[in-house]
Amino acid sequence: MEQLQDKYKQLIDTANSEGVSNLQVTEQDNVLHIDGEAPTGAVKDKLWAVYNQLDPDFKAGDVVMNVNVAAGAGTKAKVTTDKTNLNIRKGPGTDQPVVGKAAHESTVTLISKTNDQWWLIKTDAGEEGYAYAQYLSPQ
Amino acid sequence: MKVTKTFLITALLSTLFFVGCKPKDADIKSDIEAKYKADADLSGLTVQVTDGVATINGECKDDATKTKSEEQAKSVKGVKSVVDNCTPPPPPAPPVVVSTDDALTKGVMDATKDFPTVKASVNDGVVTLTGDINRSSLQNLMKSLNTLKPKKIQNQLTIK
Repeated sequence: MEQLQDKYKQLIDTANSEGVSNLQVTEQDNVLHIDGEAPTGAVKDKLWAVYNQLDPDFKAGDVVMNVNVAAGAGTKAKVTTDKTNLNIRKGPGTDQPVVGKAAHESTVTLISKTNDQWWLIKTDAGEEGYAYAQYLSPQ
Repeated sequence: MKVTKTFLITALLSTLFFVGCKPKDADIKSDIEAKYKADADLSGLTVQVTDGVATINGECKDDATKTKSEEQAKSVKGVKSVVDNCTPPPPPAPPVVVSTDDALTKGVMDATKDFPTVKASVNDGVVTLTGDINRSSLQNLMKSLNTLKPKKIQNQLTIK
C-alpha cells in the first residue's frame, strides 16, 4: 500500500499543490488509481510530465491516472489534433458515421459530456455532434 | 501597613487553600488520560482541561464509544463538565469502479484508432498493449486509455 504511494509521492503532491479537485488516490490490485479534476489543461500536462518522469514510457503498469480538465456546458475548447481536422460523429464512438469536421486549432463549444472520451460539441459554423475529448482542450 | 500585610497573607493563604482542595487541571487531564489509555477504544483520544472543563478530541468509532469517553471523563474528580468533540472516523474510500470488458473494448478501439501499429486486448479489466509506437505519440495514447477506467494498463509496446 505505502510503496506505490511513496513511488508516486511527487505526482500526488503535485496534484495537491496544483489544485486538483475531488482528488482520490486509491490503491486496488497493486495499481494506484488517481482520479480528480484539473483546473486547467496546463495542470493536466504537468501531471503527465511528472508521471512520465517517475515511470519512463509508462512501462510499470501500476498507475491509472484519470485526471481531466473541469469543463461544463458552454465551455469553449480548442481542437488540439496533431495537424488534421477533428471528426464530428453522429454518436459517441468511432463506429458512428462522421457528420462534420472541426478544423485543427479552431474553437468549439461544449454542449455536454457523454463520458470522459466523447463530448457533444458545436462548431462556430453550427455543426453539432460527438468528438473525441482527447483532442479538445478546454480554454 | 499592617492591615495591608495581613490582607495579603490572608489572600495568599486562601488562594492556597482553595487551590489545594481542588484538583489542578493538569492532574485532571492525566487522570482522564490514564483511564483512556487503559481502554483500546479510547486510547487515541486527546484531552484538554481548562478550569475543570474537559474537552475531548479524536475519533470515536461509534456512539457507544463516544458515550463511554464522556462517562469516563465525567467520573474523574474535579471535572465540572465535558465537551466531547470526538467524531466517527471518515468512511473508507469507495472501491475503484472498473469498466466492463465490453465498455473497455469499445473505448480501446476508439483510443487506438489513430495508432494503427498499436494492438490492444482487454481481459478482466486489464488493457494490454503490443506492437509499436513513436515516443511522441505514447503520452497521447496513454492519456486516452487512462480515462477508460481500466483495472490496469500493461504497456508492452516497443517505443520507437
